[in-house]
Amino acid sequence: MNKVLNLLKKSDIKSTLIDNAMYVILLTILVVVSILRPVFLSPNNLTNIMMNASIRIIIALGVSGALITRGTDLSAGRIVGVGAVIGGTLLQRPDYAAKFFPQLGDMPVFGILLLAITVTALLGLINGLVISFLHVPPFIATLGMQSIVYGLSLIYTKSQPIGGLKTDYTYLASGRIGPVPILIIIALIMMAIMWFLLNQTKFGKYIYAIGGNEAAAEVAGVNVIWTKIRVYVLAGLFYGLAGFLLAAKSGGATANYGIGYELEAIAACTIGGVSTAGGVGTVQGIVSGVLIFEMLKTSLQFLGVTPDLQYVAIGTVIVMAVAIDIRKYLTKK
Amino acid sequence: MQHLDIILAMNHISKSFPGVKALDDVSFHVRRGTVHALMGENGAGKSTLMKCLFGIYSLDAGEILFDGKPVHFHNPKDALNAGISMIHQELQPIPYRSIAENLWVGRYPSKKILGLFSIVDHKLMRTKSLELLKKVHLKVNPNTALKELSVSQIQSIEIAKAISYESKVIIMDEPTSSLTLQEVEQLFEIINNLRNLGVSIIYISHKMEEILRISDEVTIMRDGKYIGTWASKELTMEKIIKNMVGRELTNLYPPKTNVPGDISLKVKDFTSTNHRSFRNINFDVRKGEILGIGGLVGAQRTELVEGLFGLRAIEKGEISLHGRKLNIKSPRDAIAKGIALVTEDRRGNGIFGVLSVRDNVAVASLNDFVDFHFKLNNRKLNKLAEENIKKLRIKTPNTRTRIASLSGGNQQKVIISRWLAVEPDVFILDEPTRGIDVGAKYEIYSIMIDLAKQGKTIIMISSEMPELLGVSDRIMVMCEGRLSGILDKEEANQEKIMELATKYM
Repeated sequence: MNKVLNLLKKSDIKSTLIDNAMYVILLTILVVVSILRPVFLSPNNLTNIMMNASIRIIIALGVSGALITRGTDLSAGRIVGVGAVIGGTLLQRPDYAAKFFPQLGDMPVFGILLLAITVTALLGLINGLVISFLHVPPFIATLGMQSIVYGLSLIYTKSQPIGGLKTDYTYLASGRIGPVPILIIIALIMMAIMWFLLNQTKFGKYIYAIGGNEAAAEVAGVNVIWTKIRVYVLAGLFYGLAGFLLAAKSGGATANYGIGYELEAIAACTIGGVSTAGGVGTVQGIVSGVLIFEMLKTSLQFLGVTPDLQYVAIGTVIVMAVAIDIRKYLTKK
Repeated sequence: MQHLDIILAMNHISKSFPGVKALDDVSFHVRRGTVHALMGENGAGKSTLMKCLFGIYSLDAGEILFDGKPVHFHNPKDALNAGISMIHQELQPIPYRSIAENLWVGRYPSKKILGLFSIVDHKLMRTKSLELLKKVHLKVNPNTALKELSVSQIQSIEIAKAISYESKVIIMDEPTSSLTLQEVEQLFEIINNLRNLGVSIIYISHKMEEILRISDEVTIMRDGKYIGTWASKELTMEKIIKNMVGRELTNLYPPKTNVPGDISLKVKDFTSTNHRSFRNINFDVRKGEILGIGGLVGAQRTELVEGLFGLRAIEKGEISLHGRKLNIKSPRDAIAKGIALVTEDRRGNGIFGVLSVRDNVAVASLNDFVDFHFKLNNRKLNKLAEENIKKLRIKTPNTRTRIASLSGGNQQKVIISRWLAVEPDVFILDEPTRGIDVGAKYEIYSIMIDLAKQGKTIIMISSEMPELLGVSDRIMVMCEGRLSGILDKEEANQEKIMELATKYM
């Protein structure tokens, strides 16, 4: 009798571990690294990780809508670059010697932010239109957009790096409200907005419905085309904001900003339980996916792993994490 | 006793699924070099019998003898290698590859190079393909991509493939369903040649005229039971129909308490853009009436209701509801005008498997649950789901359970709830009880009759005759995309429906 109870408990623990695989991994990384390198837990370092993660979270939230509707967005990183170069070129110090637009006066930060996200939302709109009306598969449509956007950024910046950003712009990244960095507050706001959209609006329900079964969504009267377009426009908005903040954080911008970020974002979403089969994904999951990713990167640095080997380790963890996580769906089939 | 000339003997086969006895002591003997027709209504057990033969289902009881020896196939590939092949109704070619590759896929003729590597011998494959094509009277280049061929040509390729496996038995499932008259003649010529070569054909079809012409013997099944085997010469259409449908109504139906009122839905000259699909359909339905739509597989009933619902394009035709003409271009339009459709393919375009019961109920009526123009009222959404779970007696742990984990009957009730929430005037249900156990069927009939009683207009497609007769006030029968007749409840019986269902064949 006791044996049976023990067995039950064992399998209980096992299934709990599998169901929460992501959080278990996150915790394990934290524990191991903090024992080996206690500095890891210093408030300074943790804040640093969170600030790095903030921008990644905004990008991942943007791409998640596309993933949940069984699409993808490979143009995410380059559109982040667009947000960065618009912010960078239009918000330089008035007295900066190598100004990109020498005649340009002092521009309002908020106004330029609006301009940046308008442009990136338009790029998202084009993605959405091409996917919905021309029926180009999202993988290809956004692959094309990736190249187009990169080219346009290079042309716009004349391939030059941009520096000398004015302080009330860079303050967005360096400033704090009380003890909390503004960057983290912005990420929290975006998380709240995305959570609200996904869970509390028709738009969100339709995103899950289309991802769950597009044919059934059509029969149920969901406007599939319009919903998909809005998904990509929303994504564009998020990328634009992320890029704008990225330039503020680094104090400059080039067209190369954001390259490869789409793959990190997609990987983080997948690690966080966004199903590539569609219809599944939560803000909590996406955020923990990004955090795992960032923790891992920082941990490897702390452990003295060479940058080259870090790539190998990160790739391995992505595949393994998803392999473990997917088990909870396999067993429940 | 086994005769030497029996190539395939299936003896006393029984097969049960939870709640259903699909095959009940069925015996089926096919003689060498004959065309043997296997007939029965939808659901009579023909497909199940064939699936047992191919090892897709395991047998509960009975034995299969092939060429005098007991056999037990594990999968269709086993059967194919032993000499039994099947030409499916829905052909499954690899469209962008050549005829030769389609013929030899999985067993490409190969040769060795450098005494080491095995590579595909394209020359040999071409020669062997040409030989095969000759046998089925096809004059085409084996390098042609399969997508360039007509349905009838692809079918011939499948037959050629069967010949290449030296099949002794070839099963053809509704082989003429998408062929023109001329193509049917060509197929019959091939069948005759095969018969002369000693190959046996099991011919599954509803088309009685064809069967009386091509077959030597006919076996009829009904409700999973073996009814009998006759020489085709002894049979007439009337005799076949009688044996196919001659059964007692054993299922129970709720009392019909609804009373049809004024005409609500009028459909005029409804014609699909697809010329093989429905055409010139005229009918009307009353408030409080249940109109059944009967017909055989391929009668285009699903296509018709999907046309009404805006899922399929129409060339011409008119729908009016309560005297007002409706312009329906999409399901959204249909829903807005008060029409709901419970689709036939529940998994394909009914349920959202990964979503909760609550979200599955609410998805079509979210507009009614929005506060301040954008925020959903979750309290009301939960209430909607809970009310429906109670009202339709949906068995689910709670509203957050994934719908995929519910039984078919409960999933169907969730979908009915979804449509109840949009309060439509016209309810179209396509095979609403397919794959659902008997108890849940009764409940779904009750819901339908109850809706009719409240003055809704109900249209129900069903392939089960007892269901059509038990629930409908009138029965409209379709055949090959045309409306072949509408029967009142009082005059309708299974023979009349079957007659109309095969009227234009």
